[in-house]
Amino acid sequence: MIKLKAAVASVAVAGAMAAMSTPTLARDTINIVGSSTVYPFATVVAERFGRNTDFPTPKLESTGSGGGMKLFCSGVGTQHPDITNASRRMKKSEFELCQSNGVEKITEVRIGSDGIVLANSKDAEKMDLSLEHIFLALAKDVPDPEGGEKLVANPYKNWSDVDSSLPDKPITVMGPPPTSGTRDAFVEIAMEGGCKQYDWIKSKDKKEMRSICHNLREDGAFIEAGENDNLIVQRLVRDNDTLGIFGYSFLEENRSKVQPSTINGVEPTQETIGSDEYPVARSMFFYVKNAHVGVVPGIKEYVEEFTSEGAWGDNGYLVDVGLIPNPRDVRMKAAKKAKQLEPMTGDEL
Amino acid sequence: MTDQTSPAELVRRSLKRRYRKERRFRAYGILAIVIALSALLVLFADIISKGYTGFIKTTITLDVTLDPEVMYLEDPTDPDELSMADFTAPIVRALQEELPDAQDKTAERELARMVGTYAPNRIRDLLKDSPELLGTTQTMTFLAHDRVSVYVKHADNDMYSIRLSEQQIEWVDQLREQGIIDTAFNDVLFSTGDSREPTNAGILGAIVGSLLTLVVTLVIAFPVGVAAAVYLEEFAPRNRLTDFIEVNINNLAAVPSIIFGLLGLAVFIGLFGMPRSVPLVGGLVLALMTLPTIIISSRAAIKSVPPSIREAAEGIGASKMQVVLHHVVPLAMPGMMTGSIIGMAQALGETAPLLLIGMVAFIVDVPEGFLDSATALPVQIYLWASSAEQGFIELASAGIMVLLTFLFTMNALAIWLRKRLERRW
Repeated sequence: MIKLKAAVASVAVAGAMAAMSTPTLARDTINIVGSSTVYPFATVVAERFGRNTDFPTPKLESTGSGGGMKLFCSGVGTQHPDITNASRRMKKSEFELCQSNGVEKITEVRIGSDGIVLANSKDAEKMDLSLEHIFLALAKDVPDPEGGEKLVANPYKNWSDVDSSLPDKPITVMGPPPTSGTRDAFVEIAMEGGCKQYDWIKSKDKKEMRSICHNLREDGAFIEAGENDNLIVQRLVRDNDTLGIFGYSFLEENRSKVQPSTINGVEPTQETIGSDEYPVARSMFFYVKNAHVGVVPGIKEYVEEFTSEGAWGDNGYLVDVGLIPNPRDVRMKAAKKAKQLEPMTGDEL
Repeated sequence: MTDQTSPAELVRRSLKRRYRKERRFRAYGILAIVIALSALLVLFADIISKGYTGFIKTTITLDVTLDPEVMYLEDPTDPDELSMADFTAPIVRALQEELPDAQDKTAERELARMVGTYAPNRIRDLLKDSPELLGTTQTMTFLAHDRVSVYVKHADNDMYSIRLSEQQIEWVDQLREQGIIDTAFNDVLFSTGDSREPTNAGILGAIVGSLLTLVVTLVIAFPVGVAAAVYLEEFAPRNRLTDFIEVNINNLAAVPSIIFGLLGLAVFIGLFGMPRSVPLVGGLVLALMTLPTIIISSRAAIKSVPPSIREAAEGIGASKMQVVLHHVVPLAMPGMMTGSIIGMAQALGETAPLLLIGMVAFIVDVPEGFLDSATALPVQIYLWASSAEQGFIELASAGIMVLLTFLFTMNALAIWLRKRLERRW
C-alpha cells in the first residue's frame, strides 16, 4: 500500500507539475457555475455567445445556487469560477464569505423572473390551492387543528384533511433539495406566505417565525428529489396522486404531460408571473467577479450579450425558453449597471 | 425388524423423487436465465425504440438568394457589417418563394422559426469565407427547427407534444410533399459538441473527452498496476505488511467510485490547484479507481503462469529479474490486458466521480487536449436526459446506444485477446 501510494502520489505530482507548466492554466474559457434554474437560460446565452463571437463558448456547471456561491466565493484566480448564477439573491453571509476570501468587487445582474409551480399529471384532477393549504400540507409542525396558539406535529394525511374543498387524496409532494434556489424561494415565498396567515405566528420574532415556517415535513409526505426536474415529471406522469414543485420554464416544456395548480386562484402564466399576480415567483440573478474581467477574455462581452434586448427583452430569445422578462425600464437600468460593472456594496442585501 | 428392504430397493424407491428434484433444480436455473435475458431485452427494446430517431435529422433544402439589400450587407469582408447584417431574412425570403401565401409579418416570424436557430450563422460563415458569393443564389441545406423536427419524426407519438401553430403544420406538410423538408442520417450527432438545440447537439465532444480521459487512466493505471502486481507476486516477502497491503487492495476495489471523486477534488484540484472539468484530473481519478481491478487481475494472471516455467528459466541461469521480464510477464500479459480492458470499460461508464471534479458541465467546444474542459459519454447522456426540450429524449437514448457500442467493443476485444493469446498448460 505504501509503495502504491508513493507511486500514485509521484505520478500525481508529476501530473500537477505538467499542469502548472502548461500555459493553458491561464484560462481562456469563461467558467460559470450555479443555479439549475438559471442554467437553461445561461446555456442558451453561452452557446449563442460562442457561436456569434470569436470567444470560446463558456463552460457551465449546474451546481445549485448555494453550491455556486461557495465555489464563486472561494477566491480570485483562474481556478475559481468567473460568474455564478442564482435563483435567489446572494445572502449577506455569502457576500461576507466572498469578501473574506478576497472576492471584493462583485457585480449583481437581475435577469428576470421565474414562477414556481405545483403541478400534477394531466390525468389527475387539477388542484386549486392557497398558500395556507401549501403551508398546512407541507410544514413539519402546524397550528393545532383543535385551535389555540400551539403547534403540533403535522397530522394531515390527505388533502381533504387540510381543507374539505380539496380532493381526498394522500399528500405526496416532490420538490428540490435544500441546495436548490427553487427550494429556498419556495420555502420563503409559498411556505412563509401561508404561515403568516396566522397572526400569532407572524407576531413572533423573525428567527422563531422562520423556524416554524421554513421546516418541511420529514415523514414522507414531502419527497426530496435531486436537482433533476425531469425525474419529478416522470414520477408525476406515473403517479397521479403526486404533486411536483419546479420552475415555470420547466412546466412550459412539459405542457403535454403536466398541469399547474392554481394558487390563490391564479393560474401561472407569463403575464400573471410578470405582474406579480401569481404569488410564487422569484427573481433570477447572476454575479460577476470583477477581478476576472480582463483576465479571462470575453466576460464583459458575455454580460453584454446576456443583458441585450435581443436576449432578455420582451421578444428576446430567452423568452422562448421560458424567461419572464423584467419591465423595460428595469432592464435598461440593469443593463447599464452591468455594462459598467458597478460592484455591490453589501448594504443592499 | 421383519420387513427387510435391501439398499437397492431403497434407492429405487427414492429414484423418482430425486429425478424430480433435479428437474426442478434445472428449471430454476433456466428461469433465472430467462428473467435476466428478458430484463435485458426490455431494456434494449426501450432504448432502441426511443433512440433510433436520434440518428435521423430533419433538413430543409432551399435556394437562398444572398441579396445584399435583404441582408443589409454591402461588404462581407468588414467584420462590423457582418455582425450587424440580417442573415435570417434571405432564408425567410427563400421559404416565401415556396409558400407564396405567407407574406405578412406574423407569417415571416413563424417562417423564421421553422429553420434551426443557427441556420443564419451558416450563411454568415459562408459569406465570411467566400465574400464573392454575395448576390448569387446558393442551394443550401439547413437543419430544421427542433419543433419542426419533433413534428416530422413524432407526429403520431403521444409521448411528444407538437409545439407548432396550425399554420406552421400546414406549411411543413406542404414542404414535405415538395421534398424540401426531408430526413437524413444525423451526421451532426457525430461531428459536434453539445448544444442547447437538440438538432444541433452532438456527442463528438463527449467521445473525445472520454477518450482523452481514458488515455490518462491507461497511461497511469496500467504500468503502476502491473508493476505493483509483479512486485507483490514475485518479489515481496510474505509477512504481515504484505498481507495488510493485499487486504487493502481488495477493499479499495470495493470502494464506491464517488469517494475517489471526493479524493480527486480535495487532492488534485484543492491541493495541487489543477483546473476543474479537465480530462487530466478525470483520468487521474479514474486511474485511482481502476488500479485495484488491474492489480488484482494482473496478480491472478501472474499466479496462473506454472512454476515449471520459472524453475526452467532459473535452471539455465536466469536472474530473478530475467525470469520475470522474459518469461512470467509476457506469459501473463493476455490476462493483464484483459483485466485492464475491463477496468477501462468500467471507467468509461463512470459518472459519479466526474460530477465532483466538474466534468458534468455544459461544454460546446470539442476538447483538443488534456487541459481543455470536457465531459464524458455517460455524463452527456445524463445531461441530455435531464434537459427539458423534447428533442433530447431521443438523443439521450441514442447516446446510450453509442456508449453501449463502445463498451461491447471493449469487452469483445478483451475476450478476443484472451482467446487469441491465452496459453493452456
